[in-house]
Amino acid sequence: MNLKADDRFKMVEKTIKKLNYDKSALIEALHTAQETFGYLSNDTLRFIAKRLKLPHSKVYGVATFYHFFRLKPNGKHTAVVCMGTACYIKGADKIIQQLEERFGIKAGETTKDGIISVLSARCVGACSLAPIVLYDEKPIGNLSLEQSIQKVEELIK
Amino acid sequence: MIESLEELLAHALKKKESEKNSHEELRVCIGSSCASLGADELKKGLKTKVKDENLDKQCSVKGVGCNGLCSAAIMVSHYDKEKELETIYGGVEQNDIDDLVGIIKDKSSLENKKCDMNEPFFTKQKKIVLENAGVIDPDDIDDYIAHGGYIALFTALEEMRPEDIINEVKVSGLRGRGGGGYPTGLKWETVAKVESNQKYIVCNGDEGDPGAFMDRAVMEADPHKIIEGMALCAYACGADKGYIYVRAEYPEAVKKLNKAIKQARNNGILGNQIANSGFNFDLEVRLGGGAFVCGEATALVTSIEGNRGQPRQKPPHLSNSGLWGEPTILNNVETFANIAPIIKNGGEWYSSMGTKNSTGTKVFALTGNIKNTGLVEVPMGITLRELIYDIGGGVTDDKPLKAIQTGGPSGGCIPEELLDIKVDYDSLKEVGSIMGSGGLIVMDENSNMLEVARFFMEFSKDESCGKCVPCRVGTTELTNLLDKFVKKEASKSDFQLLKDMCEVVKESSLCGLGQAAPNPVLSTIKYFENEYLEGIKDD
Repeated sequence: MNLKADDRFKMVEKTIKKLNYDKSALIEALHTAQETFGYLSNDTLRFIAKRLKLPHSKVYGVATFYHFFRLKPNGKHTAVVCMGTACYIKGADKIIQQLEERFGIKAGETTKDGIISVLSARCVGACSLAPIVLYDEKPIGNLSLEQSIQKVEELIK
Repeated sequence: MIESLEELLAHALKKKESEKNSHEELRVCIGSSCASLGADELKKGLKTKVKDENLDKQCSVKGVGCNGLCSAAIMVSHYDKEKELETIYGGVEQNDIDDLVGIIKDKSSLENKKCDMNEPFFTKQKKIVLENAGVIDPDDIDDYIAHGGYIALFTALEEMRPEDIINEVKVSGLRGRGGGGYPTGLKWETVAKVESNQKYIVCNGDEGDPGAFMDRAVMEADPHKIIEGMALCAYACGADKGYIYVRAEYPEAVKKLNKAIKQARNNGILGNQIANSGFNFDLEVRLGGGAFVCGEATALVTSIEGNRGQPRQKPPHLSNSGLWGEPTILNNVETFANIAPIIKNGGEWYSSMGTKNSTGTKVFALTGNIKNTGLVEVPMGITLRELIYDIGGGVTDDKPLKAIQTGGPSGGCIPEELLDIKVDYDSLKEVGSIMGSGGLIVMDENSNMLEVARFFMEFSKDESCGKCVPCRVGTTELTNLLDKFVKKEASKSDFQLLKDMCEVVKESSLCGLGQAAPNPVLSTIKYFENEYLEGIKDD
């Protein structure tokens, strides 16, 4: 793959340049890369390592340490179930369970046809709407079990 | 460019002048709860309608940060500038736009959606950190200045020496609002005394606690207040560079902070020679990566440097060797938000509120099985009962209360019998919980305390950075043990093992994450022991 031909790498380069090619730009660069590409591929990690003159192992180590970064692309649609305490005591675990059963995947995975990813978040900080699910990044709160599945069905239709 | 206090006050006056003809304001809450119910569209619709009716000179429509009572989302308030009267409406929908505009024309009252301002939810609160939340437009620096913003900073730069600021903060008795409760003035003094050419100020906006959203609300509603607090801290301690470390799951907060920093730079409030005083200070936002352990000071600092967020042994403390090995001050969002009011009104004013050892106010995120969910700011020393039953309106569906969880995964569960304890750092610690950053989750009789304990332990296990064995292995073993209790398959010896292991993990972990991880288990054993005994299978 010709990295230079892909404009998206320019976005990552821009972030690195803004922080003067300093090694501390690593996490910021990973954020920009994930935002631009949707996930962090091996090529992306190598690109960042090269530009920051860091070993690939370090870049990989940091990317896998933090929960926010993902090394695989998400499905076409996403349902992110908030697993904060307020959501948990209002049944977020049951929502996840139900979604897992419905799609035959575990939280964090994507269906084989790439249609939907069922994910969980630490806490999205909208606790008064508990339990809350982000459907394609749109937060919908105060969900009942039925509604939570119904919304997914609407999403993938 | 604003170069002196005089110019700042003139700037505020100019803003007020420009709004002279507008006697009213419609403030639409665009906090997270309201936004998810469509507050943005509502605001747009209102603006269009007000303009169509030629009322836009008389009444401005603006988006404001979290209004507090999230269970009544979407909230819109009508403010009459002449009478200084605010009326708040809750549960507003798109089809209420005509009625809202009707209020300006005195043609409708929207009586059924009016919030009773005499309710304890409103009367028992004391707002300092949240004074501007729900009032000013966070995207507009002029609005912040018109509401008294940056006066503290400019007064300090013109009239106070750095040690005067530290002294005021010490007199105020302010303790770190991130949860540790370390005296803020003392922390600042230590760093101020260290000789170094380079010092850093760091604001922790990562808010790792699940079940808490105070910092999110402050960053989104009043970003300039954090900038002002950090600048005052930098001046007091001799630093010229600061970082705000914000959770990546809070995109709106990141946007608001970046915008506020840019506006402050454009007005000469950040940068070189602020207020012609020879004081330089600039700020940057850095995104977190989603690791609870980054709430630990040494881990957060190494994360800003671009590494895995793993903590290290202390000493050396951050005050001597923090970011890039330089002296560093780390405080959380709420701590910095308290600084400008303290400098403006004096340390004595602040210490007159709250209790002797926990002064001032604290912001709590009230959630769980409670009627009024949302953000509240109360004087320290208020009882849990007042907080839950008066301000919170009691348990949902009037069910019996079982426990209150405070302090997140590092905290504990307080049973119903202890409802009359005071909410302050020391009282909460005495009963086996902590203040934490201020998440307060109410649980009714249907909550299973074993499951709650396991939930937190599983969280700590997932979030353990893996550096030290007691935490890495201990939290895994504790989770497995708790699992046995939940499934009612534990043996009698498991109960002893559980208690012993809690002590080991607590005593021997490297950092606060491991040291506090057993707290939810220990507190539930203390107050709900019979649930553990029920989890033991009969031989």
